Amino acid sequence: MLPPELSRSATALAAAIRSGHVRARDAADHFLARIARHDGAVHAFLHLDPVQVRADADAIDARIARGDRTGALLGVPVAIKDNLCTRGLPTTCASQILVGYTPPYDAHVIERIKAAGGVILGKTNLDEFAMGASTENSSFGASRNPHDLKRVPGGSSGGSAAAVAAGFAPLALGSDTGGSVRQPAALCGIVGHRPTYGAVSRYGLIAFASSLDQVGPMALNVEDCTLLMDVIAGHDERDSTSRAGAFDGVGARRDGALTGLRIGVPAEYHSDGVDAEVRAAVQRVEQLAVAAGARLVPLALPLTEYAIPTYYLVVTSEASSNLARFDGVRYGPRDEAGDLAGMYGATRRRFGDEVKRRIMLGTYALSSGYYDAYYKKALQVRQRIGEEFAKAFEQCDLVLGPTTPTPAFPLGEKSDDPVQMYLCDVFTAPAPLAGLPALSIPCGRSKSGLPIGVQLQGPSGADARLLAVARALERALALDLSPLESPRGA
Amino acid sequence: MELEPVIGLEVHCQLATRSKLFCRCVADFGGTPNSRICPVCTAQPGALPVLNEQALALALNAGLALHCTIRDQIKFDRKNYYYPDLPKGYQISQFDEPLCEWGELEFELEKGGTKVAKIRRIHMEEDAGKALHPDGANVSLVDLNRAGVPLVEIVGMPDLCSPAEASAYLQTLRRTLRFAGVSECDMEKGSLRCDANISVRPKGQEKLGTKVEVKNINSFKNVERALMFEIARQSEMVARGEPIVQETRSFRDTEGSTIAMRKKEDAHDYRYFPDPDLPLFDVGRNRIEQARAALPEGFVAKRRRYQASWGLTDYDTRVLTEEPATALFFESVVAAGLSPKSAANWIQGEVLAFLGETKGSTKSDISELKITATELHALVQMEERGELSHQAAKKVLRRMLETGVDAQNSAVALDLLQIRDSGALAATIDEVISTETKVVADYRGGKETALNALLGRAMRATKGKGDPNLIRELLLQKLGKPGS
Ligand SMILES: [Zn+2]
Repeated sequence: MLPPELSRSATALAAAIRSGHVRARDAADHFLARIARHDGAVHAFLHLDPVQVRADADAIDARIARGDRTGALLGVPVAIKDNLCTRGLPTTCASQILVGYTPPYDAHVIERIKAAGGVILGKTNLDEFAMGASTENSSFGASRNPHDLKRVPGGSSGGSAAAVAAGFAPLALGSDTGGSVRQPAALCGIVGHRPTYGAVSRYGLIAFASSLDQVGPMALNVEDCTLLMDVIAGHDERDSTSRAGAFDGVGARRDGALTGLRIGVPAEYHSDGVDAEVRAAVQRVEQLAVAAGARLVPLALPLTEYAIPTYYLVVTSEASSNLARFDGVRYGPRDEAGDLAGMYGATRRRFGDEVKRRIMLGTYALSSGYYDAYYKKALQVRQRIGEEFAKAFEQCDLVLGPTTPTPAFPLGEKSDDPVQMYLCDVFTAPAPLAGLPALSIPCGRSKSGLPIGVQLQGPSGADARLLAVARALERALALDLSPLESPRGA
Repeated sequence: MELEPVIGLEVHCQLATRSKLFCRCVADFGGTPNSRICPVCTAQPGALPVLNEQALALALNAGLALHCTIRDQIKFDRKNYYYPDLPKGYQISQFDEPLCEWGELEFELEKGGTKVAKIRRIHMEEDAGKALHPDGANVSLVDLNRAGVPLVEIVGMPDLCSPAEASAYLQTLRRTLRFAGVSECDMEKGSLRCDANISVRPKGQEKLGTKVEVKNINSFKNVERALMFEIARQSEMVARGEPIVQETRSFRDTEGSTIAMRKKEDAHDYRYFPDPDLPLFDVGRNRIEQARAALPEGFVAKRRRYQASWGLTDYDTRVLTEEPATALFFESVVAAGLSPKSAANWIQGEVLAFLGETKGSTKSDISELKITATELHALVQMEERGELSHQAAKKVLRRMLETGVDAQNSAVALDLLQIRDSGALAATIDEVISTETKVVADYRGGKETALNALLGRAMRATKGKGDPNLIRELLLQKLGKPGS
């Protein structure tokens, strides 16, 4: 078993492996043992190949033995959301329509992690095609929140969040379309960063809504999150929406980020719809920031209430087109039914209810005669939301507020009510619509011990600054950020 | 009631790029099925498109060659529909903001004179794959080699009034695009495909009749056949008082007829929307102006130049500008030093004839020639220096074209170099004089033409290689003036 100081810090673990104090194989064995012991209860992983993981770790140890100690993630295991393509490893998006599919290529972020010496630990659970906020839409069964196994871990990157919180993996990748990294991070008590749109290549990320999807790092603390962000960020010519310009990893680690910082506090984020304990925890962060030299700037973001309807028109429209390729012709399972139309229908019946619902909504929104009223209108509102943020960032450096309206909710509570589930994204959907970076860090717990997250949103390209501020806040909050010894509430 | 047809063509051309529109797979015709594919063009989950800027450059050339207005920022849209040969379930195309708009094409009319037809728009899009339905088998097969190949669709206005005009328009469009380097425009290989929109209306009426779209016209000849069939079909319907239904019909080669494919009500709702994977792309005024400056010279300009600067006949210039490769070869032969007139004669007379015979068709592909412009020039110089007779030079060229061996070596191999050594010729001449006593006597008796007979005998004796001027000179030396 790894000592506590290494099991709660990927940065320390990488240093220990690099210096030869710990073997990559020991690290792999540590996390594999924890998964073997506890993932039956948590169900964070969909695909795990311990033999391959150990072989990959051994290969890193062999490299180190030859004197090659390069790579920021040397020997560190990383859990991967199962909507990122991994060559030779099943990639299913938690959907029956991709059962048995093994991609012929690695996503850009997977290439980067491998090049940095990281070990791909396994593929984590998600809501089918990342459509959901609880992992209950996974066709392989929901994941559980390690802080309370009767509750959801959030979603859609719930498997990755649960894996990190439960100490199954020191680092994980998620993807965030309307909050899918930040919301489960908040509900599981970890750090989750949604980069500026285009900061991380989407090549190999199975598309849900292309204009909003971003791959994001998830970790126990901000330092580790920055470590992974530094590895995956940067231009990729295979993604036409990839931004030029590198991530400022040095800036992200610079001290003194709170001095003179102007923190925007929108009135809309403190409504009655937000749980009282969540509000109190966020207010405490505001007070700590002020004590450390920051200034609060009251803001109005009146378009916040339009973010959810706008978001759901844009994502369903794009999804209806993005998911057309799953037709049983070239890969994945095929269900024959006499003729071509029958085969399409039978095969695509494999989609779960939420996926079908969104495909139908999106098909409708793009239909001739409805396009102007729905899709086009949504694009106009989206534009306005971006402008509203741009104006806000003339007055402040970043915007602070709750990540989610409530802590983790019980399994089954919202699964029959899509609209209630959609409202989980109320604070996380605006940033993606505007292409902005945002992250969530733990900021306390409810009386019943459930984690609460606080969200920072910044102007486009301000990823490094957000991480630097998050690190300073994390220090001021002084919470215990260790992974759980074992899952609770079984 | 006299009816007139109204015709507009929609032409798809494959851009002559090395690779596909959004990935780096080879874009050539054919290949073992599914050998030219990758994650992007097979629509693997997570794969993303990246624009091939060479395709943009060629589409730009199409727009410039057809005098279009060019957008300096382009947008790609998704056209959504399901078919097994369409890997993503949508085709990346351009919907409401095509790269080029409002151009025109001038073409010659059969009865003389020219006509200008308007081009409505030119947009870029990717091709689909190919679905095959093997006879007797209860399966379909999909070949994705063609999926993602770059195309331009050139939509003409309904400005054409007869099948002959449509044919002339299409031929001229093809030649224009070939000279601009945009496309091979080979209908057999599918790099040029033509759909026709056609309606009929009473002569003099402004309002257009109900249009029918004819697809699957697979050759130039069939453009006219399909249109003639449709005009007859629609005219008969009008005569019978039946309404014409707006529909898409398919041309059937064997019958020369068209059959209904789908009615307007069955038309897809393609749910076009901007492709979020491809942000607006800046073409830039600079790129457009550079392309305009570098646009290859068109065949009309070449014809004008060949006639004005080089004094070639209208007929010559047409032959030489039939194909871009022919014009290019002709111009490089001139650049090598041959006079334009002589170059034109050699290329028309010998080179094109050779290609026509060996390929068994008039469709000569001069780019496959085994000789260079410099080698053709070298041959002509040998004739000019008297080393080859004109007849021998033709034979030598034929061998050069067949083998690729240069002029000097071909001439030696054929033993056709002229004998210009008076010592070697003197013996032959002595022998002719001693054997042809009667002809010699005629000559000496004053019959001047007898000298030509002797010259002919001497040429035959040298198997045609003797330099006729030299032989004549030597005969005169030996025999003196006639009658002397
Ligand atoms: Zn390809």
